[in-house]
Amino acid sequence: MSSKVKDKIATMVLYIVSALVILLLVSLIGYILYNGRQSLNLNFLFGEPKIGEAGGGIGRQLYNSIHLLVVTLIITVPLGVGAGIYLAEYAKEGKILNIIRLSIETMASLPSIVVGLFGLLVFVNMTKWGYSLIAGALAITIINLPGLTRVSENAIKAASAGVKEASLGLGATRWQTIKNVILPSAMPQILTGVILAAGRIFGEAAALLYTAGMSAPALNFANASLTSKASAYSLFRPAETLSVYIWKLNSEGMVPDAAKIANGASAVLIIAVLIFNVSARIIGKKLYESYTGSK
Amino acid sequence: MKKNDMKTIFLKLKNEYLGRGFAMLCGAIIVILTFAIILFLTTKGLNTFFKHGYSIFHFIFSGNWNPEGSGEGLSPQFGTLIFILGSSVVSFLAVLVSAPIGVALAVFMNVISPRLGTKVLQPAMELFVGIPSVVYGWIGVSVLVPFIKLWFGGIGFSLLAGVLVISIMILPTITSIASDAIKTIPKDYIEASYGLGATRWQTIIKVIIPAAKSGILTGIVLGVARAFGEALAVQMVIGNSITFPKGLLGTTSTLTSILTMDMANTIYGTAWNDALWSMALLLLIISFIFILIIRKLGKRGEA
Repeated sequence: MSSKVKDKIATMVLYIVSALVILLLVSLIGYILYNGRQSLNLNFLFGEPKIGEAGGGIGRQLYNSIHLLVVTLIITVPLGVGAGIYLAEYAKEGKILNIIRLSIETMASLPSIVVGLFGLLVFVNMTKWGYSLIAGALAITIINLPGLTRVSENAIKAASAGVKEASLGLGATRWQTIKNVILPSAMPQILTGVILAAGRIFGEAAALLYTAGMSAPALNFANASLTSKASAYSLFRPAETLSVYIWKLNSEGMVPDAAKIANGASAVLIIAVLIFNVSARIIGKKLYESYTGSK
Repeated sequence: MKKNDMKTIFLKLKNEYLGRGFAMLCGAIIVILTFAIILFLTTKGLNTFFKHGYSIFHFIFSGNWNPEGSGEGLSPQFGTLIFILGSSVVSFLAVLVSAPIGVALAVFMNVISPRLGTKVLQPAMELFVGIPSVVYGWIGVSVLVPFIKLWFGGIGFSLLAGVLVISIMILPTITSIASDAIKTIPKDYIEASYGLGATRWQTIIKVIIPAAKSGILTGIVLGVARAFGEALAVQMVIGNSITFPKGLLGTTSTLTSILTMDMANTIYGTAWNDALWSMALLLLIISFIFILIIRKLGKRGEA
């Protein structure tokens, strides 16, 4: 066989492999959406769960997922961006930087179930908070912090290259330079990273089983307290999320229509992931254009 | 004079020290958290060996997992070899499936069609990463398991199902890192190869893949690491029997799956519960080993 023919065959094989992977993705997403289509109505999305009978909804779990996402982002984003600033602008090569890098690598490679167990040990048991939303949020913060730090560091490094010296030369301090000049132009990249992280936070389950817990008490929106267990806004109540609910349905099957609910909840999760991914792309692009003035 | 001093200090505080302090604090928090995780999991995980006196050797090399003991004064046994082997086999086979596909995709994205690569494959990989692991697990339970049962026999829940689910989950990791490695190959290498009359395929096999070798290996190790730590998707499809797998269609358990299931059923502080913490520590140590391997690979890549 001549090498030209081999080349043709290899090219074809590579095309086929790529096409098959795309086909797999499309059929995965298509299958999930198709199976969950009956559940995409308001009764299911905002309905109360039922025990022992069919027809329950996922209202509480959906709310818990969103609540947890917001709390986690409030904790993770300042920490990640702050650490990114430190690594990109303040840290000097040497022992300390090495320790921080090793810490980030370690944190990033921890299996999420292990992080969940650490959360159980410290945020649930030691603090005596019990299974609670805040414990879950802190556990997922640990999972997402390394990634966000890395994204921020890279974004800041890339943004500071051209403008930093000009700003310092005009007499601004380092922090003023970072705050007023570098951060705004690093924002599109950071924001894209945050939105992609949000998608992962929304779907995380393993780290939440033993931190945010596997029960979803009734939500009482009339009580505005952040600490009372009876309030929907509370940080200290158990908060089973959608992903955890899918897992629990599969392992315990307390309702006759568990498969239908799991299909519906999976569809909701996939739609959320799609929204996060698409919006990350659009916002990243829009902000980039507005900052670089290309449009 | 004095008043002016105060003013400069205040200005400096506002314009520099506060911000710098905050950034340093964030860096410190990362280090503190990491050390806290290591410290707490280590002290808790060593209880099995010190408090309950179970031998480390048996813990790792014995397949006798009998946490309740069985009547007649037989003491409980905490041999975790089944789970260690289960995790290793699943990860190894998943990488065997995933690595060739991942490398093929990375080559396609960079060499064959960069346009389709950035427009289609890149976003597709991001979506693969974005799909939550419970959803992978649920698809495994509702599609893959019945399919395996129908076509290959057995009960469907099997090592094979676990391997397939995990191989899809680690595909984006391997692809994106292999792709980054291929991107950094100097264009000169590739052009020199074309200039010598090599076809594209010859260039891929003889130049591109060898030049990106350490990056590709890093991707594969990260893939194994991810496969090792994945919990829920595997737990949902692998059958969770306390047995060594009897072939691809047999059921077994992994370190993560047994942790996920038993942690809720055991009482805090008992020998059984502490054995689970020891398994968490084992997972921590394994992820350290992966970090060391990756660091080694990175150093070799630079040289």
